[in-house]
Amino acid sequence: MSSVPYESVIVVAGVLFVLGLAGLLARRNLLFVLVSLEIMVNAAGLAFVAAGSRWGRPDGQVVFLFILAVAAAEVSVGLALLLQIRRHFKTLDSNAAGTMKG
Amino acid sequence: MVTILWLIPALPLAGSVVLAILGRSLPRRAVAWIGTGAVGLAALLAIILAWRFIGSPPPGDALTTTAWTWFEAGGLRPGISFHLDALSLVFTLVVTFVGFLIHLYSAGFMAGDDGYGRFFAYMNLFVGSMLVLVLAANLLVLYLGWEGVGLCSYLLIGFWFKDPANVRAAEKAFIVTRIGDTALAVGLFLIYSRLGTLDIQAVGAQALAQCPVGSTLAIVASALLLGGAVGKSAQLPLQTWLPDAMAGPTPVSALIHAATMVTAGVYLIARMHVLFELAPPVRLAVGLIGAATLLMAGVSALVQVDIKRILAYSTISQVGYMFLALGAGAWSAAVFHFVTHAFFKALLFLGAGVIILGLEDEHDIFKMGGLRRELPLVFWTFLAGSVSLAALPLVTAGFYSKEWILAATFASGDHGHWLWIAGLAGAFLTALYTFRMVFVVFAWPATSPVRRRPVAGMTVPLVVLAVLSLGVGFLETPRALGNVPVFSSLLKPILGGRRLEPESLAEDAGLIIISSLVVAAGLFLAWFIYRRKPSPEPAPEGAKAVHPAHRFLRSGWGFDWLYERLFVRPLAWLARVNRNDVIDLPFRGLAGAANAGHAVLARTQTGRLRWYAAALAVGAAVVILVAVFL
Repeated sequence: MSSVPYESVIVVAGVLFVLGLAGLLARRNLLFVLVSLEIMVNAAGLAFVAAGSRWGRPDGQVVFLFILAVAAAEVSVGLALLLQIRRHFKTLDSNAAGTMKG
Repeated sequence: MVTILWLIPALPLAGSVVLAILGRSLPRRAVAWIGTGAVGLAALLAIILAWRFIGSPPPGDALTTTAWTWFEAGGLRPGISFHLDALSLVFTLVVTFVGFLIHLYSAGFMAGDDGYGRFFAYMNLFVGSMLVLVLAANLLVLYLGWEGVGLCSYLLIGFWFKDPANVRAAEKAFIVTRIGDTALAVGLFLIYSRLGTLDIQAVGAQALAQCPVGSTLAIVASALLLGGAVGKSAQLPLQTWLPDAMAGPTPVSALIHAATMVTAGVYLIARMHVLFELAPPVRLAVGLIGAATLLMAGVSALVQVDIKRILAYSTISQVGYMFLALGAGAWSAAVFHFVTHAFFKALLFLGAGVIILGLEDEHDIFKMGGLRRELPLVFWTFLAGSVSLAALPLVTAGFYSKEWILAATFASGDHGHWLWIAGLAGAFLTALYTFRMVFVVFAWPATSPVRRRPVAGMTVPLVVLAVLSLGVGFLETPRALGNVPVFSSLLKPILGGRRLEPESLAEDAGLIIISSLVVAAGLFLAWFIYRRKPSPEPAPEGAKAVHPAHRFLRSGWGFDWLYERLFVRPLAWLARVNRNDVIDLPFRGLAGAANAGHAVLARTQTGRLRWYAAALAVGAAVVILVAVFL
């Protein structure tokens, strides 16, 4: 089984990360912001796995497990916040929550 | 004897502490008893001490005791030590005794005042500080008393602090004397750094051993001490505070002028006379200051209308005589004049207090009049004080002390004759202004009725002081008049006794006759001008002085005017310009920069989530770039 060259995996991870970042910056809907965040997290995880296989070590996969746990926790907190914001501001527009500055 | 010695200053100080703490809650009678009693007891102890001291002099004619060591720092170990010799004994006796009489008088004088306890607490502290000053064995303790006296004068001049004018007078007294105090402090630093000690006896011995006559150290040190003395004793050019010090209650004026405060400068110079003997130019300066002051103040006293201001200028003038004597090197004569002056000046102030109280706070002598019939006792005692002040020949104490000063000045070297002439002119002025006051107050027709008569506690001090102002002069009479040297022989071990004398008996007698004639001339002139009220009503002398020259003299030769323009206004201007304090600028600049930075950064906090995310991303990118490429 021919292995995928790790350079292309890193490139894919980088593209995914930039896509996620673009979505994060462009979207105002907080739900899509969360989705974009997930994409970025997974891009980082992909990069870890690729790097781990490149060096033939398990560390990359271990870190990916951690990332999964962190992402799950983050999503649960994020969704809870999302619900609260929806209830309070009657919208999911992130600019509407700008009154919370300070 | 040693126990008595430290009890003398401790008693009034204790009295002041008790009154300061309990003054409000104690009944008035108790306050008066504690206040007067503490000083009275001190006076009694002083008399006992004097009795024993003269009866069986301690070895070395001096007694030193150290209560405890004040502090210890870098080799300096000043003790709270007291030193009793004939000089401090004389001062202690006068301070406690006259102080006691003034306290006794105050008990009646201040009877209606709200601050009764406060008043006696301050007065006791005043007497206590003065006793610390005169009994101090080292210059640091002396300085403690010196500052204590200054503090009390401030508190008492501003005693009726609800009137801003009184507060200003108190501040003026404090600040002007503070200028002299600074000179004194610098002098003490110099003495300690060069002679390595502050003990008064040791300083004298060291100075004699180390400095030749006319050496720079002796001149600078004694000039600095003179600066302190000039401030405290209200001599030129720091005399301006004393006339304004009349803002305090009258017994305070009596205490400041007679027993405490203004004579501290005379004491300081007499105490440090060894140093002054090593510095002839400074001694000449002392004499010149005295001569100039006594003439200046005498002329000013001639045109005052406020009875207390007349007495204030006469004090400046009489202390000028003491400086004249000090300048001539007649230390004992200065101390003798201090003693007689303490008696008659206290008497005059207390008498003036009765008059002022009786006429409901009237200070203008031209509105008094006719008091000879109304207040006969005050008249006779006031007259006794006045003749003593004017140095009426033969029967008054003031005559003998002033005569001694004049004779010693005449006999003292090159400039003696000129200073003697100044002293004679001063004697003429003294007789003139004193009897102007006496005639106007007592002989002119009455203008307002007397409403309050003095109580017994106020008249007793008057009588006692009157007897003393006439009698105490016989302790020391010139060769031509009996030659009684009681006083000078008492002071001989310390001040060298009566050293300066006219060469012959005839010359002595001649001097006496001349000065007596001068005094008589002044008296006659006063009688001639002021014996009765001029029949056409004179121009009102009160509010607006008739002539510019008159106004100039009444304001004390315009010194206040001059100092106002020379020092006060430039300083106020500087303070106004520098309101924002140049030194503070860098620090305030720092604070301003921090504030501005805060404002800039606070603007980035927009509350826009996407901006934050973008900033994070850019920041992370920058960090990675830096990490990779640098």
